[in-house]
Formats: sequence, structure tokens, C-alpha cells
Amino acid sequence: MLPYPPTLIFLNQALSPCGLGVFRGDIVRLSVLPRASPTDFRPILAKWSANWYGATMPEQASVEVPYDYGVFSFASKAEVLDKAKAYWNPGKTQFWIDSGVPLVIDRREEYFIYDMSGKRLIDTHLNGGTYNLGHRNPEVVQAITTAMQHFDIGNHHFPALARTALAEALVSSAPAGLTKVIYGSGGGEAIDIAIKTARHATQKRKVVSITKAYHGHTGLAVGTGDERFSKLFLSDNPEDFPNVPFNDLEAMENVLRNRDVAAVIMETIPATFGFPLPAPGYLRKVKELCERHDALYIADEVQTGLMRTGELWAISKEGISPDIMVSGKGLSGGLYPIACVVVAEHAAGWLTQDGFGHISTFGGAELGCVAAIKTLEICSRPETRSMVHYLSDFIGQGLRRIQADYPDWLIGIRQNGLVIGLEFNDPQGAKFVMRHLYENGVWAIFSTLDPRVLQYKPGLLLKPEIAEELLDRTEVSICRAWAEVRSLRGPR
Amino acid sequence: MTQALVEMPLEPAGVPRGRAMVERATWAARTFATYDIDSVRRIAHAAAIAGENHAREFAELAVQETGYGVVEHKVLKNVACSVGIWNTYESHDYVTPTILSGDKIVEVPRPAGVIFALTPSTNPVATVYFKIMLALLTRNTIIISPHPFAKGVCTSAAYAMRDAAVAEGAPDGVIQVVEQPSIPLINALMTDERVDVIVATGGAPMVRAAYRSGNPAFGVGPSNVPVFVEKSADLAAAAQSIVASKSFDNSILCTSESVLIVEDSILTSFTKELTKAGACLLSTEQVEVVRDLIFPAGNFDTAWVGKSAAEIAAACDLKVPKGTLILVAPIDLIVPEEPLAHEKLCPVLAMVTVSSAARGIDAARAVLRNSGRGHSAAIHSQDARVTMDYASALPVLRVAVNVGNSLGSAGIQTALAPSMTIGTGFFGRSSLGENLQPKHFINQTLIAYNSNQSVLMPDFTDLNSWSVPEGSVPAYPIASNLEGAPVIPQPSNPVEFSGTDDLREEIRRLVIDELRQIIKG
Ligand SMILES: Cc1ncc(COP(=O)(O)O)c(C=O)c1O
Repeated sequence: MLPYPPTLIFLNQALSPCGLGVFRGDIVRLSVLPRASPTDFRPILAKWSANWYGATMPEQASVEVPYDYGVFSFASKAEVLDKAKAYWNPGKTQFWIDSGVPLVIDRREEYFIYDMSGKRLIDTHLNGGTYNLGHRNPEVVQAITTAMQHFDIGNHHFPALARTALAEALVSSAPAGLTKVIYGSGGGEAIDIAIKTARHATQKRKVVSITKAYHGHTGLAVGTGDERFSKLFLSDNPEDFPNVPFNDLEAMENVLRNRDVAAVIMETIPATFGFPLPAPGYLRKVKELCERHDALYIADEVQTGLMRTGELWAISKEGISPDIMVSGKGLSGGLYPIACVVVAEHAAGWLTQDGFGHISTFGGAELGCVAAIKTLEICSRPETRSMVHYLSDFIGQGLRRIQADYPDWLIGIRQNGLVIGLEFNDPQGAKFVMRHLYENGVWAIFSTLDPRVLQYKPGLLLKPEIAEELLDRTEVSICRAWAEVRSLRGPR
Repeated sequence: MTQALVEMPLEPAGVPRGRAMVERATWAARTFATYDIDSVRRIAHAAAIAGENHAREFAELAVQETGYGVVEHKVLKNVACSVGIWNTYESHDYVTPTILSGDKIVEVPRPAGVIFALTPSTNPVATVYFKIMLALLTRNTIIISPHPFAKGVCTSAAYAMRDAAVAEGAPDGVIQVVEQPSIPLINALMTDERVDVIVATGGAPMVRAAYRSGNPAFGVGPSNVPVFVEKSADLAAAAQSIVASKSFDNSILCTSESVLIVEDSILTSFTKELTKAGACLLSTEQVEVVRDLIFPAGNFDTAWVGKSAAEIAAACDLKVPKGTLILVAPIDLIVPEEPLAHEKLCPVLAMVTVSSAARGIDAARAVLRNSGRGHSAAIHSQDARVTMDYASALPVLRVAVNVGNSLGSAGIQTALAPSMTIGTGFFGRSSLGENLQPKHFINQTLIAYNSNQSVLMPDFTDLNSWSVPEGSVPAYPIASNLEGAPVIPQPSNPVEFSGTDDLREEIRRLVIDELRQIIKG
């Protein structure tokens, strides 16, 4: 790697505002700070040329920028895509190229992500809530940076400072009755822990989930989900993981009736299935059925928790105290992987019987705990809650206005706070909208298990003016996607 | 206390929380700015009543917390700044558009948005009430940063008004309080771009900081009120007004008289009246003792802020008649090195004598050279000529005549706008020359028609774009499939699709993409 000079240098011209400057076709080489992203310099260049040439500058000089990130660098985005296919995941890489979303995220801040090309996108995917508080939230960054002067991942065998502090904070913020915390390094692992915990507590094996559930892809979690992901790895096990349709109480009761079920696991609002909303009272009834048939209720709050719905935990809006609750994704502000399971005392027996029952070197890494303590504090602020209510109201109204203009296209708005699913009138509808949103500067993803529905999750701290901009871009994209779909369908 | 193992180079305590408050206020302001006049009146009235209901309780708490002032007088101020402000502005309208048909102009009031208000320890509750009332009347949100000495009572006072306002439909976050004010936090808030206007009532450094912040600001300078008793004055009435005003709330209003200027010819009879009214005239030796007490080493000792005349006399071992309300300290000259010629927030009134009205005006100007430019002055006189010369010569923006200045210049006993924030204007390095009042918190969007006679302005009567808030603001986020969830609007006229070339090109590309997929797959 070349040693880089510490300042920005324009090799072929001086920076003097009355200097000769750069002309069309000139190649300007920028040497940048090792850790600066090249996109940082585009605005400078644009301003630079605007200032010096005003209207007479025919075109901005072409710019060759090395994509240098300190410990690695690339010559171009094409190189990244090629190498991603060669060394990483050809299937995924090609999928996005084919989907018209050739995104390689470079710079990221607040609710913006920037493609390597410099294209700015408002992020309303947020990796399912991982970036609830924005990308690189300064408060969380600062908390971790400071903590790094003292902490590392920690030793997972010992009682630990940050782990204990976070556990206390989680228990005091969690729905009533949850008293113990177990850590994992990701949502899937936490789900596995939840399932293992329920099996230990009930001494039963079966775990019921809904058809098209998504609880992650680790060993046990994957069994609860769609066969697409379990069959691939010969991990389908319908014996132990029966599925029932969502919002179908009769099916639920039938599967529980034999009293051989350890737990029912439920996303409070099934995300990857496109946020179908639980029918009024459905979840409460499921909880009652669990109680009646000796099964535990596991609430997967990985996507719905942390103030997304206007309360810290969506499950408390349903008036339920689950036996086990799982959180992940946004728990540490998208800066350090950590996930957790919060367990009621009556299910937490193994922690006393054999505390080494679940071992995870990275589970509950102390730096992650520090990030999570800060994140939990920010999410719990009354100001945050208030802003989420304002934003939910504002975005909801805006979407209903858009729907009024395209009632045959945007056929459903599923909303609970800032958990929003937009249902389009086409089996692949959300993919069209996703592509147009991408072109128009918004990143939102279709629901893997129901591509009619677009997942639309604005950030908790989104500023009003960005929320307005988001709605403007959304309206245009929905309109264009509709036009595209209609023309593909041909005249009726 | 053990030292933290990890040094946290975090932003100073509370700053992130403070920024979150501003953001919440921004949301609230967006909504509040669309309220109609009836809703605004309901909200402001409710807050005023809440303020009045707690007037005594908070007056007592304020004296307890700060050690300043007189409960009875604070009750009066608290009432004046809650229902008093309501009564003054109840029939005013800072919401509905005004039509100026002759000019073919329509004025549409637009609130500032987020007000960041700093309030002093001397008039804690009254100032909090006052600024909140002005904010509510003009559809603004407000973040109060109370003086640390009075933060407890100010927080309670603001929340009492907040709860009443929100119960009447004001948006959530309309009134917020910095419960733990600190210099770094205040700095962060003052310089926050989302703050639309700062109103700083307090010490000069804070006012200057407000102006330096880069945000629009109303800051007002310090006072040092000269009061001239001219020979034509009704001496008995003048003496009574001055003593009452100087002793009001133990002299902690900024409008309280500081230096008394008396014409020689009436000195004897006037001092008699002063004594009758409850003043104690100090001897030369006594003046020295008092000066040393309240200005040790020449600087005012804030321990005496808002203390009574009796307490000060006792501290000086002075025997003063029972019922003494103020101490009058004759001094020789009004010069910078005379401490008593400066502002004194306690019931000690300096006094000089002058040979004529012209010398009186000079003396008053000398007082204002020490401090108090742009603030206020008082005169007791029957002579319009002298009064005009006095007002025209002094660098002040209000002259209270034949009335105590405390409540006179504050607009409570005159027709000036009742106010806890006295604009010191250009004289006093302020952008605000009047007594702070609701109109200062709005701008007007002007709809201006072509003045050519052939262009007519249509009828705007009763037109406005404001609305009545529905339910709690913002609405609680209930799931959209639950009862009570918002109804999805039906389209009025479905939009018709019309293709463009770009679009066709795009579609062609997509079709090719898809074909390619099929071939591949
Ligand atoms: C609801 C839910 N549960 C669990 C998981 C699994 O989390 P992770 O990907 O961190 O393993 C996900 C991830 O998308 C999820 O959406």
C-alpha cells in the first residue's frame, strides 16, 4: 500500500482560487487521508469547480479517485463487484445486480447510505431495525470508542461488568415478569437459546411457529422458518417444528392440544412475511392457549422492539408478558453485534442447574453491552418516544395520501408505529417499487416471503424535513412503479 | 465517591438529551403552527388558569429556593404573568390572517417555531409564566432553561402550564424544561440550528452569548434606573410611589429604581414625604457602612439580592424605625467609582440632589453611563416640557411618569405591554426595543397583489388554512387494523397513466432483463 500524504493534494494544480484550474478532460488525482472515503471529496470538487468556473465551466473535470479505506483499497466499484462474486457470495452479488440495485454501501451516516458511486439513499430498510438510531449514531459511537480504552469482548466464562449492567437495564425495561438475561452474538443464536431454554424448562421438544415465520438461520431457528432455507441444508424437521397459519387460532389450538409443545414462537409482527398485522386479540389468545396447554410463549422482538412501534417493546402494546423475549438487531445501534434473550424466572432454571449450558465466546461481548446500554437509554427517552409518535403519524398520513392517488396499486398499508408494510397489487409488486425507490434515492427492501409487500421502516430519529423528502421520493417511485407494471401488463 | 475507571470524554452531561428536546420541539412546532385561533385561545386560557391556581404555591417555593423577594409580591407577579397576560391579549389574534384590502395585501401570521428561553433567578416563576403565555398565544413551542438557583420551582411552574395546555389539545412537547441546566448544555442549545429564536432574560454574559449564537435572539441588557423628582411633582404621591416600587419584591425587578435625583428646592419637603412613606434616610456614616456591606471591595455582593431593608439594616447594626421599607443613601456624585450609583438588586436607593431640571437630566445621563442603557427611567413631574426633555435626552426606551418604575415600565401600572423582558434596543445592544410581547414571536407571510388597479384581489374574508387539532397530538400509534385506526381516504379522481419515452425505454430494458433471466434460469 502506498503511503498517503496527510492532506488532500490536487496533483496537477494549485488550490489558489485564481489559479489556472482544471479543464475538461483533465484527470485530477486526489490523494486522500487513509481513512477518508473518496465520496467525501465529491462535494468539495463540485463546489470547487462551481466556484472557479461558474457557468463557464463546461463540464466538471473527470476525477479518478482511489477507493482507499486504509487497510484495504479498490480501484473501482466494478472491482468490488467482481471480487465479491469471486471470493464471497456470487449468488447474492448477482441477485442485486439483476434486481437493478447494484449497491455497494460506502459512506454511511444518520439515515443515509451512499453507494460507491456517491449516490445517496435514505435508508428505510435499516436492516430490519439494526439502524433504528441511524448509521453510526454519534452517541453510541462515542460510548463504544470510550469503552474501547478499557474493555474488549471480555471473558465469557466470568461474571462481567458490562454484561451485568446491561442485564439489569434490560430486565428493568422489559415487560413484567422477565428476570434473567442470556446473551448471544446475533438474533439467530438468541432464538436458539430461547428454544433451548423453553425445551429445558418444559422438557418437551416441539416448537410451533407460523407459516412463513422468520427467526433467523442458525441451527434451531432455521427449523422454525420457511423450508426454502432449511431444506437447502437438509435441516428441515417438521416433526419438531410444526407450522400453523398466522391469525388462525383454531390451527394453533389444534397443534397445542396434545400438550407436547415446548413453546410457541411469534414475531410480534412477522417481518419477513411482510408485516401482516396480528388480528385484534390474536396474540393474547395465543398466549392464553400456551398457558392452557403448558407451552411457553417466546416473543421475537428482534424487529419490533426498541421503540419501533412507539413503545419500547411491541409485545407490551398487545398486553402480553411473554415467558421469553428475544431482542437483537438494533440492540447495539448497528455498531457491535449482540443479541439477548430475556427470560421469566420459571423458565430460567438451566442457568442455575448448569450455568455453562450455553456457551458463546462472543455472546454478550462487553463492548456490545456498552453499545446496548447506550442504545437502550436513547430508545427509552421520553423525547424519542414522542418523536416516534409524531413520525408514525406523519408518515402514516403521507402514505394514506399516496394511497388515495393509487388505490388500485398500493392496496394495503400495514402500520404499527414505524413498522410499516406497503402491499402492492402484483405478486412481485414490492420488487418494482424497490427498484424505483432505489433509482429515486430511497433504499427499502421487499419482503422475502411475500414480495407483494415492501418493508418500509423509517428511522426512529428521522428529522421532519427528511421525512418529507422521503415521502416525496416515495410518491414518485410508487407512481413510476405502477406505470411500469401497468405497461408490462399491456392494455386491458 | 470512587472515580470512574473509564474517563468519558462524552459531550457534557445532558447535551444529547437537550438536542433530543429540540427535535421533539421541532415536531411539536410543525403541528402547533397549523392550529386555529379558537384552539389557541382555549390552550392559552387553560395555561393561564393553571398558572394562577398555583401562583401562591410557586411564589412560596420561589422564595424558599432562591432566598429572594417577598411572597406577596411574587403572588402578584405570578398572577399578572398568567391571567394578567391572558386578559391583556385575550382579544388579540396572532393566528388569523388579516386583510388589508386597500393595499391588496393579506398578512398570514407564522410562528417562529422553537423558542429557547432563559429565565432568571430573580423573577423565576413570573418569567417562566410570561414566556410560556407568549409562546402559546403565538403557536410557538418553548424550551425553558431556568436559572440553576431556581430550577426546581421553574420546572414545576412550566409543567403546571404544560399539563393544562396539553390537556386542551396543545401538541406533545409544546413546553419543555431543561431540568439540569449547565453552561455547556445551554451553549449547545443556543447554537442549535433548530432553535428559531432565543429569549435571554438574565445576566449580560448570557445575553451576549445569545447574540453570538448565530441564531435570532432577543436579549436585553441590564438596568440602572434613574428616577427624577422634579420641582413640579406631587411630592407625597411621588414619595409613596417610589417607596412602594423600590420595596416591591425587595427590589429584584430590573425595573426597580436605582438612583433618586431630587431638585434642591424641594429636598426638605420631599425627604419628609419619603420618611412618611417608609424610607429611612441614612446619615453619611451609615451610608458608608451600607456601602461596605453590599459592595465589598466595590463589587455588588449577590448575597443581598432580594433581601429586605430590615435584613440589610440589621446586618449593618443600624437602628432603623420599624416598618422601614427602603434605605435611602445620599451620595455626592454619580461617577463610575461610586458603587452606589450602580445597579443594586436590593431596597437601597442612592440619592443625589441637583440645582435644576437641566442638571437633573445630566445626573440621570450619568447614572445610565454606569449601566442600564436602553432600559428605563422614571420621572415625577407635572411639567410636560421637562418630561419631554428628560425622555429625549436619556438613552432609554421607556420613561415612566408619576408611577413607580417597577410596575410602570413593566407595563403593569401603565399602558405599556406588560412584560418581564424589557427590550433595551439599540441603546442597550439589543434587537428588541419594546417590552417583549406576543407579536415579537411571529412573522407575517404577506400575500401581495399587483398594485395595478386592473388587478383585483379576490375576497379573502374568513379564509385561513388552520385547523382544529383532533384528539391527542400526535395520535397514539395504534395498529392500522385496530378499531380507531385512521380511515384510508378514497381517491377523489384516480390518476390516469400516460407513458413517456423515458418510461418506454426503461420498460424495454426491464423486459430484456427479464428475458435474459429466463434464458439463464
Ligand atoms: C424477527 C427476526 N428474528 C430473528 C432474526 C435473526 O437475526 P440474525 O440475522 O441477527 O441472526 C431476524 C433477522 O432478520 C428477524 O427478522
